[in-house]
Amino acid sequence: MAIGIYIHVPFCLKKCNYCDFVSYPYDADLAASYVYALGKEMSYQLVNMGSEHREVKSIYLGGGTPTVLTGEQLAAILENCRKSYQVADDAEITVECNPGTVNPDKLGRIRKAGANRVSIGVQAYQQELLARLGRIHNWQEVESAVRHSRQAGFDNVSLDLIFGIPGQSMRQWRDTLDRVLALSPQHISAYNLKIEPDTPLHRDVCSGYLIPCDEELELEMYWYVIGFLTGNGFVHYEISNFARPGREARHNLIYWRNEEYLGFGPAAHSMLEGRRFSNVEKVELYINRLNRNESGIQNQQYLSREERISETVFLGLRLIEGLDLDAFKQSYGQSIFEIFAVQLKRLSSLGLVKIEDNRLKLTEKGLPLANEVFAEFI
Amino acid sequence: MVEVGRHQNTRNFCIIAHIDHGKSTLADRLLEFTGALSEREMADQVLDQMDLERERGITIKAQAVRLNYKADNGETYTLNLIDTPGHVDFTYEVSRSLAACDGAILIVDAAQGIEAQTLANVYLALEHNLEIIPVINKIDLPSAEPDRVKKEIEDIIGLDASDAVLASAKEGLGIKEILEQIVEKIPPPKGDESKPLKALVFDSHYDPYKGVIAYIRIMDGTVKPGMEIKMMSTGKIFEVNEVGIFRPFMTSVDELGVGDVGFIAASIKNVRDVRVGDTVTNAKKPADKPLPGYRQVTPMVFCGLFPIDGADYDNLRDALEKLQLNDGSLMFEPETSIALGFGFRLGFLGLLHMEIIQERLEREYGLSLITTAPSVVFRIYKTDGEVIEIDNPTNMPPVQNINKMEEPFVKATAMVPNQYVGAVMDLAQEKRGVFLNMEYLTETRVTLTYEMPLIEIIYDFFDLLKSRSKGYASLDYEFTGYRESDLVKVDIMVSGEIVDALSSIVHSDKAYQKGRQLADKLKDIIPRHMFEIPIQATIGNKIIARETVKAMRKNVLAKCYGGDISRKRKLLEKQKEGKKRMKQVGNVEIPQEAFMAVLKIE
Repeated sequence: MAIGIYIHVPFCLKKCNYCDFVSYPYDADLAASYVYALGKEMSYQLVNMGSEHREVKSIYLGGGTPTVLTGEQLAAILENCRKSYQVADDAEITVECNPGTVNPDKLGRIRKAGANRVSIGVQAYQQELLARLGRIHNWQEVESAVRHSRQAGFDNVSLDLIFGIPGQSMRQWRDTLDRVLALSPQHISAYNLKIEPDTPLHRDVCSGYLIPCDEELELEMYWYVIGFLTGNGFVHYEISNFARPGREARHNLIYWRNEEYLGFGPAAHSMLEGRRFSNVEKVELYINRLNRNESGIQNQQYLSREERISETVFLGLRLIEGLDLDAFKQSYGQSIFEIFAVQLKRLSSLGLVKIEDNRLKLTEKGLPLANEVFAEFI
Repeated sequence: MVEVGRHQNTRNFCIIAHIDHGKSTLADRLLEFTGALSEREMADQVLDQMDLERERGITIKAQAVRLNYKADNGETYTLNLIDTPGHVDFTYEVSRSLAACDGAILIVDAAQGIEAQTLANVYLALEHNLEIIPVINKIDLPSAEPDRVKKEIEDIIGLDASDAVLASAKEGLGIKEILEQIVEKIPPPKGDESKPLKALVFDSHYDPYKGVIAYIRIMDGTVKPGMEIKMMSTGKIFEVNEVGIFRPFMTSVDELGVGDVGFIAASIKNVRDVRVGDTVTNAKKPADKPLPGYRQVTPMVFCGLFPIDGADYDNLRDALEKLQLNDGSLMFEPETSIALGFGFRLGFLGLLHMEIIQERLEREYGLSLITTAPSVVFRIYKTDGEVIEIDNPTNMPPVQNINKMEEPFVKATAMVPNQYVGAVMDLAQEKRGVFLNMEYLTETRVTLTYEMPLIEIIYDFFDLLKSRSKGYASLDYEFTGYRESDLVKVDIMVSGEIVDALSSIVHSDKAYQKGRQLADKLKDIIPRHMFEIPIQATIGNKIIARETVKAMRKNVLAKCYGGDISRKRKLLEKQKEGKKRMKQVGNVEIPQEAFMAVLKIE
């Protein structure tokens, strides 16, 4: 089966106030060494993983902020990837962009290198909310990033949004969605803000400087975005994701369907042939290891059958179409009803899951309670 | 044969100190200095043997060790160090350890000065006429103020501190001087070898091969293997298999004589046959009367203990039986709760004792437990003339069948610096205390005596006392008797069902307030479920408070970045782990802490 490739670019101009992912301040020398190390890792993995015969159906450059790198560096990464892997002609190749770090030249360069999808971190329309999140861009930069992407030839544009920001009103959320719809994206992700420990936002909330968004309001925002986008021609295909028909993010579908992928770069995760592994987090350590022709892998683990089963279920339930129960039975030789009889009975009596067309799905009530449902299968 | 007069070169002493003032470190240094242990054998802090003791920095069980010291006067002395527990729950045990000594080292932190806890034990030591050697420890600290601390010792305790040793147990300073003072100042044990055996039991432990080992101090006579001994409180007779001393590991000797501190093994099966404070005598030639001060230890505080997983019931019983082998004051019997299923009702000396047992069960035996709020024994006079005693609120008969109720009272003595007297008096009043006496010990130190219901003490009195006196007040209490009280039972209903394990018996003046506070507290403790959960407090059929745990509406995973599934998995596992710590009552998951919530309300 074809695989996906994830490439982690661990640099940002400034880390956002809510972010607890692996990212470091941008440094030109470090970035150059990183790009070089990444190229080595891609060819190294090829030899060691036995992945040379696997076709690649999607590539995703995520971060961090991939677009802090130069157009040449981004192009080089994609070229290195093609050099080592057999990338399908119709592969989805996404680059995450932050407004303010892209220009027509850079976008043209990555488009030419084969990227065919951009995912732009918009988050909100209002300047005050962007500032609260610690974003460095403004709305004008969002608009120009989208315009320049189109001009560079990207016909598949995804916009990322956040709701439930401290102080955000329903009206501000509606305005954001109106503005975003006017940009005619092919795909929208709308994530409910989660305030993670050890982030500036968490400290502001703990100190009482910011008051977290009311839970009922967050729910209202969630129902609103579902109604608004589906009413405007989008398919709600995953808990937090919406797409024009046929524009579902193919790369993310790999994760949700528990298929295989390789990750490159610091802190990148991979899942291949029942084995999960991840790289060291520190970018310097990553670079040093590859410069010494060593592997960047820090952890690896063979998943047990139980683990694979529970992950297949909780990832699959993220999709609105749910989990294909025939495929499940085929993979694991047992039906889901045999394995999770008690859990399924409990969850369906609570009205959180349902079975339709031989698929196990979250109900409307279950969507915002997805974690409670998932935990039952752990 | 015991050498006559040998005990002239014996010194029996203990160390009195506040937590963290360096008792264990000093004990280690004394062992090291006298060569009782080679450095290689020297695990840090030898005397505190239980992990739990080390963590909490308190001594729960007494320990003993024998040191040999060649003094400057050229003579070699045998020094027996007896460690003492240091908490109000164990006052009786402390008093028995002190009774086995002739002197005490008083350690005071050079920076912090005298603290409350130390005082109660100092007074206890003075009551036993022990010679006290003040040691000012931690003089290596930059904040050390030995002169101020000396003055405190003189003012507050009334001891002459001019010869106080300035020491640093950590740096090994002053150790020799302490040993010299022990030899010079502490009197040798008195006693008569020719009299019938009289030995004081100050502790015991269970050995799987030898049975219960009695820790004893010989007052008169001698004891050796083959001898028949009698426990004077029970009259039980055993044949001695082995006698020995602690070096610090148990070492056999031929015979123990006057002044010796050591152990007796006599194939004793039941720890209750070796009672702390009891007198061991020669069965064939018994002493005419036992040593003074023996008291039968009775549990004062009771609670229910239930395994979260019902399948652990047998494991819990096994664990309790094992703990009981070493702890004669621990009592238990089976209990059944409608809400919590099968478990045990346990009796303890006090709240700390209860916490320690619970923690040991969880830690050493890996059990997940629900503890219900502690209770005392209430006495109920029923309308039909029957008098019953209950230690579990669940067993309280309906109000209409009750003529009157009584609860246990104690005489509580608090020692307080004078600036906190007002705060402590307010507290005692809030806790239904009846003022008995106030006495100035020094210009700055006051003893307050109240008669109080025991239940108030075991709830949160000690914690509140400490917080309102910034840690400076100390507390001691003794049972005085039963008094009539206007008591009612407050029940808690969760989702319309009474949860028996949440019931409590409280004074009627406070019932409404307690019911409201408890419902409010439970609202915050019980996590949100997929449905709304009403919580009601009731007295009889009357609902006195109602709160609601709102239904959970939302719990979504954030973005799944770069395929990091393991991180999501960990989050879900953590969420699930949290649920394992809860007890399912009906369709509601109730966390452990809910059952202790009644303790946390004022």
